[in-house]
Amino acid sequence: MTRPSTSRSAGADFDYLAVDDVSRHFGRRRAVARITFRAERGAILGLLGPNGAGKSTMLALLATLLRPTSGTIRYGDHTAGVHGAALRSAIGVLGHDLFLYPELTARENLEFFAGLYGVADRRAAAGAALDVAGLAGRGDDPVSSFSRGMRQRVALERALIHGPRLVLLDEPFTGLDDASAAALGRRLQALRASGAIVVLATHDLDLAEGLLDRALFLRDGRVVRTADRPDALRAMYREVMSPPAGAPSAGRARGA
Amino acid sequence: MFGQTVWLVLRKDFTIEVRSLEIAYTTLFFAISCVLVFAFALVQEGRAPEGGAAGILWIAIAFAGTLALGRTFERERQAETLRALLLAPAARPAVYVGKLLGIVVLLLAAELVLVPLVALLFQAPLFAHPVWLASILLTGTIGFAAVGTLFAAMLVRARSRDVLLPVLLYPITVPVIIAGVRATGALLQPEVDAGVLQVWLALLVCFDVVFVTLALWTFEPLMTD
Repeated sequence: MTRPSTSRSAGADFDYLAVDDVSRHFGRRRAVARITFRAERGAILGLLGPNGAGKSTMLALLATLLRPTSGTIRYGDHTAGVHGAALRSAIGVLGHDLFLYPELTARENLEFFAGLYGVADRRAAAGAALDVAGLAGRGDDPVSSFSRGMRQRVALERALIHGPRLVLLDEPFTGLDDASAAALGRRLQALRASGAIVVLATHDLDLAEGLLDRALFLRDGRVVRTADRPDALRAMYREVMSPPAGAPSAGRARGA
Repeated sequence: MFGQTVWLVLRKDFTIEVRSLEIAYTTLFFAISCVLVFAFALVQEGRAPEGGAAGILWIAIAFAGTLALGRTFERERQAETLRALLLAPAARPAVYVGKLLGIVVLLLAAELVLVPLVALLFQAPLFAHPVWLASILLTGTIGFAAVGTLFAAMLVRARSRDVLLPVLLYPITVPVIIAGVRATGALLQPEVDAGVLQVWLALLVCFDVVFVTLALWTFEPLMTD
């Protein structure tokens, strides 16, 4: 089921996302370093890598929550520095934290965020989102009474309630059972078909398998490999992330 | 869109508070305890110290306000919803105003209980001039909350936010608290000098204008990055 087209809020629109030589430092710590990639409309791009690889920082940069220390991020003809608010209305973010108020009902949460994003008919948008999440019967229950998987589904619909062009998802499969994960996969494919640019950061290679149009493997804040239409993601990941032959193991490197 | 965002944030905070009553209960409990402790310590043989009521009322408001500010933003931190507010295309100063109004409403509600309690325990004629009193409380509360809302939002991700908030807040809001105490004290005199009251009230209005303007100006850059 797709969201009614009336729910798309007005804002900047763009056909591609271009990240050019972007670095971000926190004090002396380098979170991401000299990352370059491009994503077109109707594509799902995966950011893959271990904890601390820079995936969440990259998503925060794309979401305009952080400014790059160097390099540029272009959303078509727009940049965050000049078109911040207009751009944010075209971006949907599902964070590792779900960005939901547990005391409010699912419907109240969705209506609140629809209002913040300037969606014309908040009630209709929230109702449609609940239908898509399969939670129409629980819409008036507080989010605190939901399971993690149900919250995750509400949070995804919250991120998509304004019909964003760019969708940023940080570990979206967390807490989902097999059926919900499969439904999320279908939802992402529908987003791709509707012309959205989806950037997905995940550890879950099995669920990402077959879903990605492009994969970026990150390690220590750097892109160590890119692959178009990747298959056998796990084997590729193992190959990319394993230390090069002859390199000291972590234990030996510490002098153990 | 600015007004709509203010209304949405205010209504959301109000709905959450009505359902949980968490901040209202803790703030009121703390403020009432504070007033009772001062009353036990200072009221001897049924006689309260002259001029003490104004100071104790504003101490209770300041302490309760600090608690309310911390809890309000702790709520936004727990599910990272402050990030969600900042990710929205809504004007960030509108988010600030919505949060500020929520805190002001909460503190005014606490004052509805505190003022009669202080008047009773310290035999202070606080209700002799209700319009003056309401004006002093409103302007003083706005000034205190304007700075507090900005600092509480800034500190939401700081590990030692509970310590830092009062350390930063009290030195900046001392002029507001002093003006509030002096204005309320002037109200408790046997013969109220309207000229003196007007001066203190004008000072409070000036603080409000300066603090709210500065906060609106700095909220967006301070919350970015």
